[in-house]
Amino acid sequence: MKKTSQQLQEIREATLAKITLKNDQTHRILVGLATCGQAAGARPVYDELKKIVTDKNLANVQVVQTGCIGLCRVEPIVEVLEKDGSKTTYINMTAEKIAKVVDEHIIGGKVVDEYTITVVDGTLISPKIIG
Amino acid sequence: MEKMVNFKINGIPVSVPEGTTVLEAARTLNIKIPTLCYLKGINEIGACRMCLVEIKGSKALQPSCVYPAAEGIEVLTNSERVRKTRKKNLELILSDHKRECTTCIRSENCELQKMSKELGLEEVTITGERSGHKVEVNTAIVRDESKCIFCKRCISVCNKVQSLGALAAANRGFKAIAQPIFGKSLEEVNCIQCGQCVINCPVGALYEKDDTEKALSFIDDPELYTVAVTAPAVRAALAEEFGYPIGTDATGKMVTAGKMLGFDKVFDVNFAADLTIMEEGTELIGRIKNGGTLPMITSCSPGWINYCEKNYPGQLANLSTCKSPQGMIGALVKTHFAQMNNIDPKKIRVVSIMPCTAKKTEIVRPQLSNNGMQDIDVVLTTREYARIIKGAGIDFKNIPDSAFDEYYDEGTGAAVIFGATGGVMEAALRTAIEVITGEVSDKVDYPQVRGVEGIKEFEVTAGGLTLKACVAHGGANIRKVMDEVKAGTSPYHFIEIMACPGGCVNGGGQPIVDAQTKAVIDIRAERAKVLYNRDANNPLRKSHDNPSIKRIYEEFLTEPNSHKSHELLHTHYEAKPKYK
Amino acid sequence: MANVHEIRVCGGTGCHNNKSADLIKALKKAIKAADLGETVKVVETGCFGLCEKGPIVMVCPEETFYSQVAVEDAEELINTHFVKGEFFTKRLYKTIKDDIKRKAFSDTEFYKKQYRIALKNGGAIDPEDIDEYLAVGGYTALEKVLKEMQPADVVDVVTKSGLRGRGGGGFSTGQKWKFAMLAQGDKKYVACNADEGDPGAFMDRSILEGDPHSVVEAMAIAAYAIGADEGYVYVRAEYPTAVKHLQKAIDDAKEYGLLGDDILGTGFNFTLSIRLGAGAFVCGEETALLNSIEGLRGEPRPRPPYPANKGVFGCPTILNNVETYANITTIINDGWEKFAELGTEKSKGTKVFAIGGKINNTGLLEISMGTTLREIIFDICGGIPNGRKFKAAQTGGPSGGCITEKNLDVPIDYDNLIAIGSMMGSGGLIVMDEDNCMVDVARFFMDFIVDESCGKCPTCRIGTKRMLEILEKICDGKGELADIDRLQDIAQTLANGALCALGQSASNPVLSTLANFKDEYLAHIVDKKCPAGVCKNLTDFVIDADKCKACGKCKKACPVEAISGEAKVAHVIDQEKCIKCGTCMSNCPFDAITKK
Repeated sequence: MKKTSQQLQEIREATLAKITLKNDQTHRILVGLATCGQAAGARPVYDELKKIVTDKNLANVQVVQTGCIGLCRVEPIVEVLEKDGSKTTYINMTAEKIAKVVDEHIIGGKVVDEYTITVVDGTLISPKIIG
Repeated sequence: MEKMVNFKINGIPVSVPEGTTVLEAARTLNIKIPTLCYLKGINEIGACRMCLVEIKGSKALQPSCVYPAAEGIEVLTNSERVRKTRKKNLELILSDHKRECTTCIRSENCELQKMSKELGLEEVTITGERSGHKVEVNTAIVRDESKCIFCKRCISVCNKVQSLGALAAANRGFKAIAQPIFGKSLEEVNCIQCGQCVINCPVGALYEKDDTEKALSFIDDPELYTVAVTAPAVRAALAEEFGYPIGTDATGKMVTAGKMLGFDKVFDVNFAADLTIMEEGTELIGRIKNGGTLPMITSCSPGWINYCEKNYPGQLANLSTCKSPQGMIGALVKTHFAQMNNIDPKKIRVVSIMPCTAKKTEIVRPQLSNNGMQDIDVVLTTREYARIIKGAGIDFKNIPDSAFDEYYDEGTGAAVIFGATGGVMEAALRTAIEVITGEVSDKVDYPQVRGVEGIKEFEVTAGGLTLKACVAHGGANIRKVMDEVKAGTSPYHFIEIMACPGGCVNGGGQPIVDAQTKAVIDIRAERAKVLYNRDANNPLRKSHDNPSIKRIYEEFLTEPNSHKSHELLHTHYEAKPKYK
Repeated sequence: MANVHEIRVCGGTGCHNNKSADLIKALKKAIKAADLGETVKVVETGCFGLCEKGPIVMVCPEETFYSQVAVEDAEELINTHFVKGEFFTKRLYKTIKDDIKRKAFSDTEFYKKQYRIALKNGGAIDPEDIDEYLAVGGYTALEKVLKEMQPADVVDVVTKSGLRGRGGGGFSTGQKWKFAMLAQGDKKYVACNADEGDPGAFMDRSILEGDPHSVVEAMAIAAYAIGADEGYVYVRAEYPTAVKHLQKAIDDAKEYGLLGDDILGTGFNFTLSIRLGAGAFVCGEETALLNSIEGLRGEPRPRPPYPANKGVFGCPTILNNVETYANITTIINDGWEKFAELGTEKSKGTKVFAIGGKINNTGLLEISMGTTLREIIFDICGGIPNGRKFKAAQTGGPSGGCITEKNLDVPIDYDNLIAIGSMMGSGGLIVMDEDNCMVDVARFFMDFIVDESCGKCPTCRIGTKRMLEILEKICDGKGELADIDRLQDIAQTLANGALCALGQSASNPVLSTLANFKDEYLAHIVDKKCPAGVCKNLTDFVIDADKCKACGKCKKACPVEAISGEAKVAHVIDQEKCIKCGTCMSNCPFDAITKK
């Protein structure tokens, strides 16, 4: 249906509330599904995440595909946005890891440190090398 | 008034109408810029990079063949940068060209060879792998990919002028080449072997299948009786092969050379052209009177017959059932002439000298045979005929004129103009009107059907009958006219169609004229003049006035469209697939 | 099978300086002493990126990470970790855990040093949800343009912003729009070049995948500016996700009335459709792209006439690339002034680069014009892996040139890059280190061009082939000095005489490597050596008799039985038989095999 300026503005406001979690939702989880992400295996991660969120009835969680963030070498990348505006970036994700992220981070409220993007002195470090 | 632009070439001011290219503007200053891919109005693609010039302020050099003259530009056609780039570019082209000039069919008539000389190229220092190797021999046309320089002139002619789409650009990069589409041979695609690609190829990548040895072997065999027959248009161009200007009449020398070569008889196909008018004219009047298939379309051009069989198989009934003049004369030589002179027809070999490559495909048609003998035994193009004349050491410039041999001699002015577009139509009108009215008409000239305009239509009223007619030549024009015929909307009674643009004078077997010359001289018009002059100077202007024609009906055929005529002079056609 | 462990010791320059080589020896000794030779293997690896804490040791498969491991620690580490089966806590990397900043991508230097306009929505919104695009201000620019601006105003704003074509040429976008706006014609088109083809470049793909509406909206704005009512996006078929997202964006925009007739009730009509390219590089050249849109063979046409006067189907057309369009809405919404504040005098705004090759953080980044290559490579992208030395960076893909150490601090913009012998290109950036042979690099790009030449003009069709043949000859060790002149001659002919930009710039990689690395060419031609050890015919694998312990591993590994030697006798490689595969080198436990 064609939208009027007014209707477009309403959509803007409603959707902005949604993506900034100013609604009753708690988490917005973005999965990078650009070609680079897909090539690194992001599709199974996304599918698994969708499935878990459905299976566990996590109505407060948005699962969204998104484009390339730019750091292709650590794809698949999953970003978790929370109501307070905080962001967590998980890298080199797999379907197994995402299950753990949902359990511990989304449900449990505790960031899964070892999967997050890790920076030491400005240098990006693969998280798995941290003991 | 058209807008003029003023600019400078090599410092010389020049003023040309807007839209003129730098190449054309330079020509007005008598500056020749080398070209290779350029074919005026047909292939203006700026691809070969030989016509590059320097335009002040432009980073790269620009192709003058497509660069529009613009106010105030400063052009250099002979700067060091231009010379160096052209030469190196030419070297690159030559490094991918099978350079066997001494044995190449186009030696001394090759635009690439000529350019190397004109640019003063001393050495080809660039070497490397060559891209093309395949040689494809068809009934009439040979393609040699080792010579192809991918200028695309053949492709443009085949697609834009002839509307056939038989040739296309294949592959990319270094392997790019002009090829029959789908990687097939010409005979497997929508090629009609008209040879327009051949006469527009700047090099030896496309040429007629050479049948000179076969023709000479007939002459060499003392057991055989050899007859040469020459088409109308050959006489209008043959002289060019011997250095004469375009538009020189070579009729007499053409006949003398034939006799010197050792042919037992040299006959004129013009005789058969007059005969065609009798047969075809009668057929047309019959169709109009008896509600036959109309429009009736001429059938002299074998390229057109190939075109129709492949592209308009549903319209074959519109074609006149008359054999082409070549087919008629071949059939008569082996029946009428043999009978009258007590010669065993099996010992006769008819060598047909034609402006045409497609004629080579015509003579192998099963329909053009009688008692197990093909009507014609071999076709030589104008170029091949010139080749055997040169090979025989005949000093063409200094030989006298001769007349054709009796029986099938030159015929009327109506016959000779068969070689130009509109000629068959004009000849037919001269006879048809008198047949319809039963009166001798003063009107002989029909200027409205002459000339190189693509589609010419007109109507003429005689004896209460209004005849609507049309003349089309060149595949793209033919397609327009034929689409109407196919759709059932064609308003005409009679259509003359010639496959080659300009008709036979510009046939695929005619002497090859380089693109730069063709850009300034319309060879179709110049050659046609020879024919119209012969017509004007011939005391006999109407086919039915030809005494030989009268005689053959009296002593052999009885009357036009008689049973005998049908047996010997008429044919039929068959639908053929575009792609095999 | 026994429990096999691998001890990975960093061999990067940093760790090497911290005596990692000695550490490896000590570890091997300790393993032998503990009789663990069958189950524990020591491997030297590339840089972990934590050079300050070196030498770094990681035990796999358990991925235990030790840092600052001293030679003296070796025995204890082996005994604790493998014999006792416990962590060697003394060097276990956890003491600095508190220093670790981690969590979000946006906290990284990689992100923080970027300035994102074209990539602003990539990774933030769902590209298949028009509502999310609307939520971040989508289609407000279009509405503003349609309701508040005259076409000439739009052209003016774009011109003043200083935006230049991001596809490589760098022509003023505003100028281009102006020509098309002024061109006479009942029918005009806008077209988008998404035929990205530079090796390693994927900026445009990424934008179309991540933020397709930004391009759709910008094209509608462009159409309004020049008076067009129809547009094409020419995108390569090898980009299925981009095509899918773009098609969805077009369909959704149409559904909302943001494409089609009477957009937002303003009477402005604009339809947009996709044309799929078959993947010919030359179709990124604007006139070849127009041919391809029209269904003709993908070959360039001579210019003039320019597309602004005679483009698609002979009508006035503007053609901009994806990234150029992706800047438009920001320019309209935020004003040209803000955009023009970014960048250098003649190159405003930002540029997206796809960085690859010998670089730690490969990926996609958008930087403000004027950033130096040094900042990009070393600050943003984390430098060269494995402690190798930077040699050159290639911008502009096969049409560009290489930038060497001496120009690392030149602010990147269109004109500076040309001045230092390269070009902006579409944004491919390939980093090369000392292990790259520059003759081989030139050969690689020429090979690409030969594959991608359309063949229309002989200059490019044959010229590039001949250059490739010469380069192959040089890499093969059969080059002669005259070949350098031949290369230069043909290169000059291409630059002067080829029909399109692809051909005119095809020789740039050769000219650029010749200008900067002539010594490498001479080494190949005169000394018959490849200094980087890349060209196989010019590289010998040699066993150092002093280091060789005659273990026989190389002999066993060699696929062509080129290595001879018996127990206790240093092995030898038969150079005649050797196929230079390098298997021996990677199998030698004693680093006794080198390339010469």
